[in-house]
Amino acid sequence: MSLVSRYLEAHGIATVVIGSARDIVEECGVARFLFNDFPLGNPCGKPYDVEMQRAIVGMALDLLDSARLPRTTVQSPFRFSEDESWKQNYARIDPAERAELQRLGAQRRAEQQAAAVSGSARKG
Amino acid sequence: MTGTTHRTAISYIDRTREYYHALGYAKPYVWARHTEAVFAALAKPLAQSRVALVTTASPWPEDQPADGAPRCGKQVWSGSTTAPPARLHTDDLAWDKLTTHTRDVESFLPIRRLQEAVAERRIESLAARFHGVPTDYSQRRTLEQDAPEILARCREDEVDIALLVPL
Repeated sequence: MSLVSRYLEAHGIATVVIGSARDIVEECGVARFLFNDFPLGNPCGKPYDVEMQRAIVGMALDLLDSARLPRTTVQSPFRFSEDESWKQNYARIDPAERAELQRLGAQRRAEQQAAAVSGSARKG
Repeated sequence: MTGTTHRTAISYIDRTREYYHALGYAKPYVWARHTEAVFAALAKPLAQSRVALVTTASPWPEDQPADGAPRCGKQVWSGSTTAPPARLHTDDLAWDKLTTHTRDVESFLPIRRLQEAVAERRIESLAARFHGVPTDYSQRRTLEQDAPEILARCREDEVDIALLVPL
C-alpha cells in the first residue's frame, strides 16, 4: 500500500496512510502517515468503537491539512488495551514448536508451488 | 505485564523475517526501502476535496463485487460506498488473528466515518466507490499493474485526495 501511496503522490494526488506497521510504512517512505499502535487488523480504531474511529479519521484529515513535507508521521494517542502483551505474542516463535513450524513451512511451500503451476501465485 | 513499554512499536520487518526463517524459508523478503519520498500538496482545500478510500481487503467470497470483477481477490477491485459492505474477506492477509478480529469493517475501511465528515463539511464528498489493492509479494507487480490501475480509477472518480488503509 505504501508503494501505491508513493505512486499516487508522484501523479499529483495527495495521500495519507492510516496504518499500524510503522517500520514497514516508514521504510518505504510515504508523504503522510497516521500511525496507530494497534495490533494489525484495525488501523482505523478498535472494532465497534465509533468514537475512536471518528477521532482517527479526523486526525488523518488534519494531517492532510497540516503536513508540509514528505515523511510526516503522526502517532495517535490511542492504545489498544492496557495490557500490551499482544506485542510479544504476534508471530511469536515458541522454541518447543520449531519442528512444527518447519513442517508447516514445508506444507506451505508445496501449496505455493502448486498455486504457481496453476497460475494463481500472488501473495496474501 | 512484560518488559516492553507502550512506546515501543513492533518491528514487523524483523518479526516477519524471523518467523519465515523458522518456517524454513531460505531467503528473507526484502521490503521496499527508499531514502526519498514524494509529496503532493493539496490541490484544493479539504472542504472542497473529493476523497478516495483504498483497502487491502478483498470482497467476501459470496458477495458480488460492485464492479463485476472476478472473485479471485488478487487484482484491483472496487466496491460501493453508497451501500457499504457489511463484511470483507481478510483471512488471506497477515494481521493479528490472536488478538483481534475484522468483523467491524469500519475498523479498517471507514466509509461511514468519512460520510460523517462529508455531513460536517470537513470534506466535500467521498467517491461513490472505494478500491481494493492486493498485497503482492512482487513489488514490480504492485508498481507496474496495481498502482497504475488505482490511479486510473481515482482519476475516473475525479478525486483530489486518497486515504490508504492497509490492514
